[in-house]
Amino acid sequence: MSSASARTGLSLLSPAFLVMAATLLAPVVALIVMSFWTQSGFEIDRTFTLANYARLVEPGEGTVWYGIRFPLAYPVPAVLMVKSLAMSLVATICVIGVAWPMAYFLAFRVTRYKAMWMILLTIPFWTSYLLRVFSWKIVLGFNGAINSGLQWLGLIKEPLEFLLYNPLAVMITLAHSWIAFSVLPIYVSLEKIDRTLLEAASDLGDSRWKRFRRITLPLSMPGTIAATLLVFIPTVGDYVTPTLVGGPGGTMIGSLVQQLFLRQDNAPLGAAISIVMMLIIAALVGLFLWLIGYRRIRRRIG
Amino acid sequence: MTRRFDPLLLYAVLFVLFLYGPMLLMPLFSLNDGNFATFPLKGFTLRHYGEMARNTSMMTALKNSLIVGLGVSVTATALALPAALALTRYRVPAGGAILSFMMLPLVVPSIVLAVGLLIVVLRLLGLPLSLWTVAAGHLMLCIPFGMTVLMSRLEGFDKSLEEASRDLGAGGWSTFRRVTLPLAAPGVISSLLLCFIISFDEFVISFFLTGTDNTLPVFLFSQLRFPNRLPGTLALGSLILVGSAVLVILAEVVRKRGVASDNPGDI
Repeated sequence: MSSASARTGLSLLSPAFLVMAATLLAPVVALIVMSFWTQSGFEIDRTFTLANYARLVEPGEGTVWYGIRFPLAYPVPAVLMVKSLAMSLVATICVIGVAWPMAYFLAFRVTRYKAMWMILLTIPFWTSYLLRVFSWKIVLGFNGAINSGLQWLGLIKEPLEFLLYNPLAVMITLAHSWIAFSVLPIYVSLEKIDRTLLEAASDLGDSRWKRFRRITLPLSMPGTIAATLLVFIPTVGDYVTPTLVGGPGGTMIGSLVQQLFLRQDNAPLGAAISIVMMLIIAALVGLFLWLIGYRRIRRRIG
Repeated sequence: MTRRFDPLLLYAVLFVLFLYGPMLLMPLFSLNDGNFATFPLKGFTLRHYGEMARNTSMMTALKNSLIVGLGVSVTATALALPAALALTRYRVPAGGAILSFMMLPLVVPSIVLAVGLLIVVLRLLGLPLSLWTVAAGHLMLCIPFGMTVLMSRLEGFDKSLEEASRDLGAGGWSTFRRVTLPLAAPGVISSLLLCFIISFDEFVISFFLTGTDNTLPVFLFSQLRFPNRLPGTLALGSLILVGSAVLVILAEVVRKRGVASDNPGDI
């Protein structure tokens, strides 16, 4: 029975799995293979080489970015990588900080119209990312809503130029675009908290703050961690936001990958940068989970 | 109990305003009789929408997006349903690992997926870029979403109904068609709608994998560089926002109603 069940299960799963193997596994493998090749002009040289990776760490005169020295012959990828990580980190911290109280409100305060609140938070999550980013261009632009609004009200004479095309605009836009995404996981783990635990804590003399710190906050960790990762991982490699609102100063590593593939015709170098980016993200995520003791949290909560 | 003022409610209202504020500027300015997205508003007009309908390249892009979206949502759901059944009803060896693998598109930055697909299509297969390659990329993005929706639906209803059907002599196929499928229908519908939205709104993969045929987001992106085309862009963007919102509400209502009618005791 069990082996028959396994066979039926596998045959039901295999069509979807094969499509995913062709459209997800094959591209990742191709990306890895490509990163060991080189390109000159349109020709791809298929001899195995580590040249692309070596180029990323080759020592040289380098450059200084925000006081950090990058002593590399080709410092652009390293600078953009550090910058992308920093910007994503700031955006992620803002997202979690702003989304957390909202999730708490949903889980503990909303009794009526819960479905309405949920739909209200779900809609932005499903509407075009491109349009959400573009709307910030309308808000912050030189001829945008804030500038024209303030001029109309007579508060400023000249448009404020520092609003758009800088890292801050990118971080605000990233945070706004991903906020809807992060409320839900936090809400789910708050909603799961056994309310009798909270009552017990009060009965045994915990103050509201102590109860929050010792029960609500720790039990919300799985969802909060999931939300953190769900925002941080994709934003590091984001391409749309830096392109639309970043300007020359707000570019990120995704913009470089796009240029290498579509404009400069150096796909192997682009592939190597993509791979290194994924490895760095994976290493940071692993480090983060290790630092906060994720295993312990999971064991305790189950 | 008397109602007290709750600061968290105020926070939640501000949160929603912040969430929707920037997006609502688009419909606002699209109805404004001016060529820039600036205050003060000059007057109400629908002319930007009229101009939009006359823009043939926009209409072609819309048609392309509709075709790809419909094809992808049907195919992805048709593939995700048996896969979701396999993972919820049968003991598949290494099922957990396979599921984790299939959920990867949810966390890998889409630019990595896009360039990987680009290499496979151009270098490995030597195929030209077209709407087909865009659709293949969208299929990869949609299958995990379809599976998530369908698996939660399949786990949500009582498995004893299927066992009863089998005990009463129905075969596997007939149990699926007469018991499982009708019960899973709300999940199937919301998977179809959500996959359509994902494909319709997707930009990065389409941008890398499209040939000469643009999808609507790619067309929109190409228009963003031209300030004089802003009003048409705003009108198009507003329509897309409204359309997506309607589809999402529809998908949610269908899903909620399905859950409520099967488990009347639940909230």
